[in-house]
Amino acid sequence: MSIIVFLEKEGSIIRNTSLEAISYASELSKKVNTKVVCVVFGELESSQGAKAGFYGCDKLIHVNDQAFDQAVINVYAHALNDIMDSESGDIFITAQSALADPIAAKIAVLQNASIATNVSELPDLDNEFSVKRSIYSGKAFENLILTSPKKIISIKRNAIGLIENQKSGLIEISDLKLNPDLIDAEITDTDRTTGMILLPEADIVISAGRGLKGPENWSMVEELAEVLGAAIGCSKPVSDVGWRPHHEHVGQTGIKVAPNLYIAIGISGAIQHLAGVSSSKVIVVINNDPEAPFFKNADYGIVGDAFEVVPKLIEVIRQNK
Amino acid sequence: MKILVCITHVPDTTSKIAFIDDNTKFESTNVQYIIGPYEDYAISKAVDLKSSNNAHVTVLNVGRSESDPSLRRALAIGADDAIRIDADPIDTFFVASQIASHIKGVTYDLILMGRESIDFNGGIVHSLVGQMLGISAFSPVMQLEINDSKVKMTREIEGGKEYLETNLPLIAGCQEPIAEWKIPNMRGIMTARTKPFEVVEAYESETRSSNKNFELPKEKGGIQLVDPDEVEKLHELLKNEAKVI
Repeated sequence: MSIIVFLEKEGSIIRNTSLEAISYASELSKKVNTKVVCVVFGELESSQGAKAGFYGCDKLIHVNDQAFDQAVINVYAHALNDIMDSESGDIFITAQSALADPIAAKIAVLQNASIATNVSELPDLDNEFSVKRSIYSGKAFENLILTSPKKIISIKRNAIGLIENQKSGLIEISDLKLNPDLIDAEITDTDRTTGMILLPEADIVISAGRGLKGPENWSMVEELAEVLGAAIGCSKPVSDVGWRPHHEHVGQTGIKVAPNLYIAIGISGAIQHLAGVSSSKVIVVINNDPEAPFFKNADYGIVGDAFEVVPKLIEVIRQNK
Repeated sequence: MKILVCITHVPDTTSKIAFIDDNTKFESTNVQYIIGPYEDYAISKAVDLKSSNNAHVTVLNVGRSESDPSLRRALAIGADDAIRIDADPIDTFFVASQIASHIKGVTYDLILMGRESIDFNGGIVHSLVGQMLGISAFSPVMQLEINDSKVKMTREIEGGKEYLETNLPLIAGCQEPIAEWKIPNMRGIMTARTKPFEVVEAYESETRSSNKNFELPKEKGGIQLVDPDEVEKLHELLKNEAKVI
């Protein structure tokens, strides 16, 4: 028996969200008394075994066929399914992503397993195996009993946070090769912003809205993001008019985020926007309209002109660094 | 070409979420139900393909008769016929099995869904159905172009986009800006009344989970306002009280 964890990388480094998945698996392994086997594909920095071990990985299977770095969902799903079989995996854990969730679904079918996505806490094992999932776009939770012997779980950000559980993280090189028969689409190109912190990865997210009046005023948002090491998001109207790209749109129909700190600048807080940010631990709202509904859903707020408050905030953070 | 659009019938995005019967049931009184916003994109894309690719569009829902207005609306927007599989959408696996069982009996070239339902936010029905039937599935799809049986797609990934090429048949979970939202016009609403609308019995299928109960999130403890002239106080609070920077 083992818990299999799928790790995603940014370049040749394991993503933070995947490190959280290791922590989650490691905490769960204490309850079900099994080992944590992590799987990573393609190019990998040599330091990453120790890093995975730090968060509780007993064994890191490194499938080092670099063809996997350009692979499609179906290829990963079947490779991981093979590893589920060879490692006697009965639980599969991954951090939610555009790649991981479809993989998880495919493995659920292949393994006749129960599946839960959007999971926001460690399972409750008291009577049955029950997981808490975020539903209604963060406006509620569901406690769901997974009834099949095998379980597939995709966790959302900050389900458990990063927890240290020192293990060996011993790297085992797998000679598993990419099976070309499983390629069901060709990735002809990708268009990604580089050098920026990804929204789902970030501990701090700064979003701005129509209150900023125009795309030319985003430089102060970028500056604040830089001093805080934050990712940048925006409200729907802003991405709709093309001030910012769609992949920065935070909200019900955009990206749902769950950072430790969410700072909303010039966003009124429509219910659809709140749905995308309600899992944030701490919310700060800066808006010149004291009636903005966002203030009712925030922890800290400043009623004031963003063009005055934000530069001051940048200054204060710089001075205290 | 034959297109299937699978839709959900879900509470409006602005609905107040509450539960009754010891938190085991959603309080649907006074709640306005709609077609899921992502499926509005799916229907709109399918209707675009009707004119450009001479497609026949079938709209499908797994649900009870409460869903009928949403199916009628899809017909009014431009779908050619509607099918409701008469079953409670108990869990993700069950719904995916129902859809897969239906597709097995009919050969569709393209199956469009939303990226996720806005009630249970599973976001995997497309992938489950795809794996059950051996059909490629991709989501969230932002752009979709079809030339004969060749498909070009744009899929959103963390921090950007991925461009894909594949072949029909295909399952796609749709999101903006795949098509302009379409609203039914009066003629659409009139003709929808005479379009075929079939209710079929549920297929034999298992569930793999069961709902124990629901919870509402803990309410925020109230806001602490900081004077705009004391921005350093906000910094202090975030650093020493909230401990997030």
